Amino acid sequence: MKNPSRRDFLKLAGATGAGLLACGAGSALANEGTQINNEELGMLYDATKCVGCKACMASCKRVNSDYGSLSYEKAKFDSDGLWDAPSDLSGSTRTLIKLFKESEQRWSYVKYSCMHCQKPSCVSVCPVSAMTKEKVSGIVDYNKNTCIGCRYCQIACPYNIPKFQWEKALPQIVKCDLCKATNLREKGISACAEVCPVGAIKFGKRKDLLAEAHQRLKDTPDRYLPHVYGEHEGGGTNHLYLASMPFNKLGLPDIKPEAPAEFSEKIQHTIYKGFIAPVALYSTLCFIAVKNMKKHQGHDGHDHNKEEK
Amino acid sequence: MGNPEEYQKLEGKIFTKSFFILLSVVLLGFYFVGVRYVKGIGAVSNMSDGYPWGIWITYDVATGTAIACGGYAVAILVYIRNRMQYHPMIRSAILTSMFGYGLAGFSVMVDLGRPWNAYNFFIPSKWQANSAMFEVALCVMAYSTVLILEFLPAILTSIEQSKWERMNAVRNWLHPKIAPDQKSMQDKLEMVRLGAIWLKPRLNKVLIFFIVLGITLPTMHQSSLGSLLLIASTKLHPLWHTGFLPLLFLLNCVFIGYAIAILESIISSYSFRRPFETEELSGLAALIPFVTVIWLSVVIGDLAYRGQIGAALKGDFYSGWFMTEFLLVASGSLLLFFKKLRKSPRWLFTSASLIVLGGALYRFNVYLIGFNPGQGWRYFPSFAEVMITVGIVALEVLGYKVFVALFPVLPNTSAHGGGHAPAKKAAAQKGKKASIEVQHAPVEAH
Repeated sequence: MKNPSRRDFLKLAGATGAGLLACGAGSALANEGTQINNEELGMLYDATKCVGCKACMASCKRVNSDYGSLSYEKAKFDSDGLWDAPSDLSGSTRTLIKLFKESEQRWSYVKYSCMHCQKPSCVSVCPVSAMTKEKVSGIVDYNKNTCIGCRYCQIACPYNIPKFQWEKALPQIVKCDLCKATNLREKGISACAEVCPVGAIKFGKRKDLLAEAHQRLKDTPDRYLPHVYGEHEGGGTNHLYLASMPFNKLGLPDIKPEAPAEFSEKIQHTIYKGFIAPVALYSTLCFIAVKNMKKHQGHDGHDHNKEEK
Repeated sequence: MGNPEEYQKLEGKIFTKSFFILLSVVLLGFYFVGVRYVKGIGAVSNMSDGYPWGIWITYDVATGTAIACGGYAVAILVYIRNRMQYHPMIRSAILTSMFGYGLAGFSVMVDLGRPWNAYNFFIPSKWQANSAMFEVALCVMAYSTVLILEFLPAILTSIEQSKWERMNAVRNWLHPKIAPDQKSMQDKLEMVRLGAIWLKPRLNKVLIFFIVLGITLPTMHQSSLGSLLLIASTKLHPLWHTGFLPLLFLLNCVFIGYAIAILESIISSYSFRRPFETEELSGLAALIPFVTVIWLSVVIGDLAYRGQIGAALKGDFYSGWFMTEFLLVASGSLLLFFKKLRKSPRWLFTSASLIVLGGALYRFNVYLIGFNPGQGWRYFPSFAEVMITVGIVALEVLGYKVFVALFPVLPNTSAHGGGHAPAKKAAAQKGKKASIEVQHAPVEAH
């Protein structure tokens, strides 16, 4: 038996890998960009107005506990199960107020919940369309009757928002749906925005929220960092933030304006466009393999490895 | 496919001591699987909302299927590169792939939170072609079916020649109470045998198209396993997050595939006391450096292009894991450049192990070690979680051991004249050192 030559090997690589190589490199060049739809619904959270009363959290659980089988979370010291004391978003909590404290003088509240991205990663990766983005409202919604529980949405979400019910035998993913089936349907506003006593949460269309945010930045520039978080981050989100402290300190990640889903879909689409590459690969390989088989059968079975020498 | 005399069953008992040791590990693993279904995934695993994919996805699926790529890699060699002299190795490679993929599928069902909804993969209105996971899932399911078809000739051959000794022994043991009488059972078994005789030549005619499908599908889903992490651009460390993930995963599974075919052959030769297939293995080993050199150059080239060489040499936690992965693959490949080392089963074993370890570590780095969801999240697999994985691996080994005894899978040591004489000679020399007894099983009559 002889050793395979470099040229032989390259032939093989050409048959199997070159297409993908070309795709991987080529896709980085194409750029379509996300179309932002400012008619979608969203919320503007102003961290400088928030007083940390957590009325939004309580209201969210009260209104939505039936939807998503949310339960209350016991505090760690609480053996009687009296106190709902979530320390983070979880399979039981869709929204949460946290306090970031740099010093006695410098601190800020921050509210966590689904950012309702313009181009959501979770929707992009869900293999069975359990995560969807509503066309008109822009709400990123979850359907437990379709979900297979693969948790790819959790891997994909740059904000770590979708949560999973780890302790349940029949678990589901939990995330904010802007009270789509509850408060929004009944009263036209999300439960958290409805109850906020200081107007830190404003509910409405994205274009109005953006205008309002920029107006506030213009009116009281000393109060804020000159940046509306979510305007461009990750392709834009419908949940917008104003704050006086750097957003990454408040647990909101620095994300480039390109949506992560944009990058991954470009590569995936280039490889599988029209299913041409896989079909071409299969037919090419069939052609080679059948030819080889015939050639092989033409020789005596035991002499076959001499033919290549 | 091919000449049935190329393969033989392994003579010997099935119920050995190692069988029962493996079985107890399998049972322990399955106990925890039971706990998981009753009490939820959180009860057995350390996975969290920050690390929603733990060792089950990382090892069983992402790494396990790469290790199961022996069948894929050898099939490329035999049918596409037209190196028919490797044909005797293909059945054991396909058998390993069959168990590897089958059990990856099984562990996915353990990992999925809502497995009863998995039927949605077959409902076109639910399809989500943007999702790399959708592609992986369909391809893996299709490939598992193809692997069973590819292995079917071995089963059919076995049925064709069967005198049903084991079946009859079981019947006699069960007899008066539940088993049917001798005559009716014999008739039914004869029907099965005739069915096998009818099916086999027909299957053989179309098998090549399934084999090619068995090359296309892994090409697709192994690259997509890399695509899965493309979207985690803020979480996966820049050392590993690149647009070349699909290509790197594809190349990675090819060199792991060849290395694992070598390891598997050496280990089974050693433990079943058969001669080493040194000649074939060294040929296979000579291919590996070509693939790894491409892989290593893409890795370096891409890091340089993205300006991450500094991060690779930084000496911190991530660079440490990166360097380990890189050096394992590089040193394993370096050994294989030397013809002399390629002829020695010991060095073949060493270098193939280094390459499999490095290649597997690459997948661990991408899926777990280089994955950082943000501050405060930590993951290390729990005992129960590890035991489920170990149980699944034990089941693979167990299945392999049983199947090679039941079906003609391993290369026939006595049937090969001409082309394989050097292999026998080499094995005989090594035989002294490793105290190998060459067993000559009777050639399957045809």
